[in-house]
Amino acid sequence: MLELRNVSKRVGEEMHIRDVSLKFESGTINVLLGPTLSGKTSLMRLMAGLDRPTAGEVWVDGKNVTGVAVQKRNVAMVYQQFINYPTLTVYENIASPLRLSGVSKTEIDAAVKKAAKLMKIEEFLDRTPLALSGGQQQRTALARAVVKSAGLVLLDEPLANLDYKLREELREELPKIFAESGTVFVYATTEPEEALLLGGNAATLNEGRVTQFAKTVDVFRHPVDIITAQTFSNPPMNIIEVKKTNNAFHLNDGAQIAVPKGHWSLPDATYTIGFRAHHLSTKKQTGSTETKPLDGVVNITEITGSESFVHVKYGNRNWVMIARGVHNYDPGDAIGLYIDIRYLMVFDEEGKLIRSVTEQQAA
Amino acid sequence: MARIDLQHLRHSYLTNPVRDEDYALKEVHYTWDDGGAYALLGPSGCGKTTLLNIISGLLRSSEGKILFDGKDVTELQPEGRNIAQVFQFPVVYDTMSVHDNLAFPLRNRGVAADEVERRVSETLDMLDLKKWADKKAKGLTADVKQKISLGRGMVRSDVNAILFDEPLTVIDPHLKWQLRSQLKLLHKQFGHTMVYVTHDQTEALTFADKVVVMFEGEIVQIGTPEELFERPSHTFVGYFIGSPGMNVLPVDIKGITAKIGETRFDLSGVPNLKPGVRTDLGIRPEFITLGEKGIPVSIQKVEDIGHQKIVRAAIEGMDIAVVIDEDASIPADPHVVFDPRRVNIYANDWRVEMEG
Amino acid sequence: MGKTQNNKAWFFVLPVLLIVLLNAVVPLMTVVNYSVQETFGNNLFFFEGVKWFREVLSSERFQDSLLRQFAFTGIILLIEIPLGVVIALSMPKSGIWASVCLVLMSLPLLIPWNVVGAMWNIFALPDIGLLGYGLNALGFDYNFTRQAFSAWFTVILMDVWHWTSLVVLLAYAGLRSIDDSYYQAARIDGASRWAVFRYIQLPNLKHVLTLAFLLRFIDSFMVYTEPFVLTGGGPGNTTTFLSIDLVKTALGEFNLGSAGAMSLIYFLMTLLVCWVFYTFTMKGEES
Repeated sequence: MLELRNVSKRVGEEMHIRDVSLKFESGTINVLLGPTLSGKTSLMRLMAGLDRPTAGEVWVDGKNVTGVAVQKRNVAMVYQQFINYPTLTVYENIASPLRLSGVSKTEIDAAVKKAAKLMKIEEFLDRTPLALSGGQQQRTALARAVVKSAGLVLLDEPLANLDYKLREELREELPKIFAESGTVFVYATTEPEEALLLGGNAATLNEGRVTQFAKTVDVFRHPVDIITAQTFSNPPMNIIEVKKTNNAFHLNDGAQIAVPKGHWSLPDATYTIGFRAHHLSTKKQTGSTETKPLDGVVNITEITGSESFVHVKYGNRNWVMIARGVHNYDPGDAIGLYIDIRYLMVFDEEGKLIRSVTEQQAA
Repeated sequence: MARIDLQHLRHSYLTNPVRDEDYALKEVHYTWDDGGAYALLGPSGCGKTTLLNIISGLLRSSEGKILFDGKDVTELQPEGRNIAQVFQFPVVYDTMSVHDNLAFPLRNRGVAADEVERRVSETLDMLDLKKWADKKAKGLTADVKQKISLGRGMVRSDVNAILFDEPLTVIDPHLKWQLRSQLKLLHKQFGHTMVYVTHDQTEALTFADKVVVMFEGEIVQIGTPEELFERPSHTFVGYFIGSPGMNVLPVDIKGITAKIGETRFDLSGVPNLKPGVRTDLGIRPEFITLGEKGIPVSIQKVEDIGHQKIVRAAIEGMDIAVVIDEDASIPADPHVVFDPRRVNIYANDWRVEMEG
Repeated sequence: MGKTQNNKAWFFVLPVLLIVLLNAVVPLMTVVNYSVQETFGNNLFFFEGVKWFREVLSSERFQDSLLRQFAFTGIILLIEIPLGVVIALSMPKSGIWASVCLVLMSLPLLIPWNVVGAMWNIFALPDIGLLGYGLNALGFDYNFTRQAFSAWFTVILMDVWHWTSLVVLLAYAGLRSIDDSYYQAARIDGASRWAVFRYIQLPNLKHVLTLAFLLRFIDSFMVYTEPFVLTGGGPGNTTTFLSIDLVKTALGEFNLGSAGAMSLIYFLMTLLVCWVFYTFTMKGEES
């Protein structure tokens, strides 16, 4: 188990990490999700013991390890770059952490073969890393991290330099590999889809702060505030300010959106609403009470063959709509938009999510 | 802007290539339209970068010719071809301002000062770079630097084609959306011939009018995103495009009837098959319906990826993926139905047409 | 980025601190001591304040050797830095010839300084040396033991031969670190050879050239062995640089007070130039 208690890190005048408290249980995968420079790597360095926090404590399995050097902790790390010993064979690369800890030869052999099988690199054990493809090199680095049976494995965007399809394969395999060990896995990524595919728990980071930590799917579905929702949206979440009167949200241009039932009891005031690209469409939802669509203008359409990404302008807001199938709108086309209010998120003036009545009851 | 003719191009990095495998790029013979947006898509080592370098002139192909608007440019160096290129890692001239970066290619070609000013100012507007015009390029973020690289191409009125070599690699996801759509808009407005190399299917499909899928040094299919998605001409294309990729299952075919394991069902037509070939059935996860009727499956895992769920299931021990809506539920006794119009049949990995 | 926090590391630094204390700080303090005292032998010293400093600074002999020193350092920097860059630019980028060039380039750096001096001494002798004989055979009146110009020419040529390689190696390493896509982009932008140098190579060489400049400045400013072995500071005093003058004063004339003052002035000048140059280049870095 790894616990950070009110950890902060200041470098010079800059705060890299601001008062972070997190608790990772053994045998879990924990995703750190945030854009570049949000503090993912800084946080991992603190967890590993490569850096000492300016304030706060790091606890491992009930022991305070703040300030204990990385060499004395049982930690493995995998980076975005493929880091292996270039002159050693894949076999020796994987065996290297065990050689250092003085494990017997037969044990090493068994452990290396098991890790290689798990990472599907058994046939390359005799080669040196540079003779392998990028994907195989990173599998070697991953195998080296797994073989050590470290208490804490830190993965810093390990798939970022791999081909799209290889990423897809490894994303599917990694959770299975993680599930087999009792290790704390921490995985940093900038990509929301990657977080969702890995599952487990997710902590969203913004400017050195953890904005939310919960089950990954829960953070995605119920982000605590707009910043978290934006961090966990790809494409960016569509947002707009509205005025609530009775059971309708009024927009600047006189258009209206029905207030979801769970929010009928909210006081009449100004709110910000947010909804994801998949929940914007040109078709009215069955059972919806809306009479008129919102009038948008198409900026550009991107077509993937299975889906169409329609970038639209509504007032001064830029929104993205994702629709199944091929819909070819030209720039400047007028488009009528409906929001699926079942997935509408309502934020108060400070940007905090207001849970609906039904969610409050469920929680 | 120019039409690009690739005539019987082949390339090998060896001095004396003999066998087919010695060629990093196997025979390519196509014409790319003036003003088209093309994406070269494939895994690393598929030859896409080799082809791009042949087009830009950084590499001289071992065989064949390359023509811009009918003019043979095979022997010309990059500087003589009037092309522009955006690289994977942003290339900017650190010590120059953004304005001077854009002016650089024009000044090198001896364009008159007032014309330089006019073109640079236009390009700064086009790319939303005006606010950084007088800043040194060094301290700017990766996305702005990539725009500067693009700007050095767009600023030239004589540019034949703009080439992109995985330009969004170092860009964060949110900014990728912005840059991608901006690039697409620029293409629509100004109509440059563009060639975009990537391993990322989303980038390729959203950017291009025509996607060129490459595999092991060969072009396996050129098509619109829709064609590639619905009618992949090779099982590799089916796997490589779509996320998750197409399900490919061994199948026995007699006339119109397909047999997977012990399950039989009818196809939408009779596939045009020669005897003795290995046959597979390809069906996209998006075109499979999960319900109470059809082929029985066992469900192994359901991945909730937010806006949809990926169901990992098995038909008689063969793995398939099914995509369902985010709020769809899994039936107690699960069966699947393949949309017959979306089923593709492959003979030795190549797609065959169906009759009737 | 931050480092591992472990205060034990200081223990490992202690021996170094001790050695530095013994071999640098203590001798320096002795020199300071000499520079403010007068002695007439018998180990009797009298405090003299800044008398020696005043005397040294106003002496024509010191001013002359200082001027010679700056002239020498200035000339070799003007030759070695650009020449080093030019050679580095024209060396092959990879392959067997790159290795051959690198080995050939490092050769002069491996030769001991007094050997360099002796080698050039023989090489430049007008009657038997290849250089000396050759120049005279070509019609030049060349004799480095008698003519000031010939002596300077030889001293500078020797330093250029010995040390340009250092600049070459540093510049070559700097050039190799530039990604290929920069050169490709420049070709596509139609950049001339000069523009490539000015906007891609030179900005990337800035750091290594700063380093090369500092190393060459310090080394040449303190140069002693090679010119001493070659010319012994002559003919006359024409190649007597500061360090040679200093040794003459201290050991030849046993004038400890003025030698001490000279040493300190010398030391402070080197420090000042390095500091000014370093802060100047680093400041340019931030803006």
